[in-house]
Amino acid sequence: MTSKTQAVPLATPLALNRSAWPRRLKGLVLPVLILLVLEVVVRVGWLPSYQMPAPSEIALTLTDLAEGALWKHVSASLGRVVLGFVIGASLALVFAAWVGLSREAEAYLEPTFAGLRSIPSLAWVPLLLLWLGIDETSKIVLIAIGAFFPVYLNGVAAIRDIDRKLVEVGQMYGFSRRRLVRRILLPAALPGLFTGLRSGLSLAWMFLVAAELIAATKGLGYLLSDGRETSRPDIVLAAIIVLALLGKVSDGLLAALEKRCLAWRDTFQGAGQ
Amino acid sequence: MSVRALLDIHVARKRFADTTVLKDVRLALQPREAVSLLGPSGCGKSTLLRIVAGLEQDFQGELRRPDGEVAFVFQEPRLMPWLTVEQNIGFSDDNHYDRAWVTQLIEEVGLKGFAQALPKALSGGMAQRVAIARGLYSRPQVLLLDEPFSAVDAFTRMKLQDLLLQLAEHHAIALLLVTHDVDEALYLSDRVLVMDNRPSSIRQALAVELPHPRDRRDPRLAQLKALSLTALQQAHVI
Ligand SMILES: Nc1ncnc2c1ncn2[C@@H]1O[C@H](COP(=O)(O)OP(=O)(O)O)[C@@H](O)[C@H]1O
Ligand SMILES: [Mg+2]
Repeated sequence: MTSKTQAVPLATPLALNRSAWPRRLKGLVLPVLILLVLEVVVRVGWLPSYQMPAPSEIALTLTDLAEGALWKHVSASLGRVVLGFVIGASLALVFAAWVGLSREAEAYLEPTFAGLRSIPSLAWVPLLLLWLGIDETSKIVLIAIGAFFPVYLNGVAAIRDIDRKLVEVGQMYGFSRRRLVRRILLPAALPGLFTGLRSGLSLAWMFLVAAELIAATKGLGYLLSDGRETSRPDIVLAAIIVLALLGKVSDGLLAALEKRCLAWRDTFQGAGQ
Repeated sequence: MSVRALLDIHVARKRFADTTVLKDVRLALQPREAVSLLGPSGCGKSTLLRIVAGLEQDFQGELRRPDGEVAFVFQEPRLMPWLTVEQNIGFSDDNHYDRAWVTQLIEEVGLKGFAQALPKALSGGMAQRVAIARGLYSRPQVLLLDEPFSAVDAFTRMKLQDLLLQLAEHHAIALLLVTHDVDEALYLSDRVLVMDNRPSSIRQALAVELPHPRDRRDPRLAQLKALSLTALQQAHVI
């Protein structure tokens, strides 16, 4: 009996120590390790630097770019993503609400959307170029198409997943359709809508790169293809890093908004620290 | 049926597709009366309650409801998870609910201090208290309850039963309650109605003429329990 109770306090400090490691530091371990290894491998000459520049060299290129053309490219890309995403997501929300709320609308619209969805979105590129030329419009439209489907699909699913039992509470009070939407359907669908918006945004970035790789004179996708044409892998990698940062920051903004709006959710947060 | 009945319902026939669920069910509720419905699972008790609530309008028969509100407490609390306790109770008035009245109800159901809590922070019993308070918010004359305490543990259930009686008494509300629990039916109500299998009608009515507050250990309740068990057996419920 006594030996058992004594064994417990020995184990606790260890466990405490391990989980006291800040979460952020844990996440940094692997990337830092990879960067160090790469740096060494390139310096020693195991990898040719014209194919894989050392991380320090990429950092230099990045600072060079930051003093010059980078901001032009970033603002061009950011503008396109924002515009394309806003247009695509807004249309998707409108159609999702329509199809989600009305069986009639579903019967008319859903087969068409299902058909359109089965076209890989990049297959639109030649058509968009033919119809809209290679200027801004075709890029914005392509990004909007990319953002549309995840938002639409998640939106419809979110509405159709709403617990009928909650809706019945509103019916019990004789709520009008508008009031039902505002008081029950919209808040109940919000988690699914956010999921859709976030995956829509990440697809918007993907389609931005596609659009800019094909035809552009500025933008991060242009920087990518420019780096390839001038055999500058450091520029390509710098552009990739900037794209990753922008994607992360924009998703972080949506995630923060989601967290604020959905604080009421009672979900599993993962075990441990 | 008395002329002064608060609620009067006659369901000549209620069917879902080809199955007749209710057939010739008559029920009248007097002001401040408490009536329980006992019956086998799937016999249409919830359906009957939903007809009375107006949630189910496709039936043959007649329904006379009081001018005042009829409120419904469901088997699950059905609280809006994004609203606080306070906002849930005043749900029917959007954001301009009567705060003083809500605060009073929160106290009456014993949840003082939880006005700003979110449903995820409540236990099952507490959530059902909020649901009852939400039902009372509209100052109903009739409260319909569909197995309201079946999801909570036995001790919580007894507490909630006492709370319900106290609130019904205080606010002069008539109760129509569906339950699976014979003891609950006898403890709470003035009349126990036993329904039989589909197509169901009311097979037997049992008057529980005991004054409130009742003692759960009262031998007369035990006698009535024996009687109702016999009735349930005759109705092939058990
Ligand atoms: N919306 C519905 N559509 C079809 N059948 C239903 C529906 N609701 C209930 N039923 C059927 O009606 C019968 C009675 O249901 P219900 O009133 O929920 O029973 P109880 O509450 O007495 O257990 C059941 O057999 C059930 O399958
Ligand atoms: Mg039921």
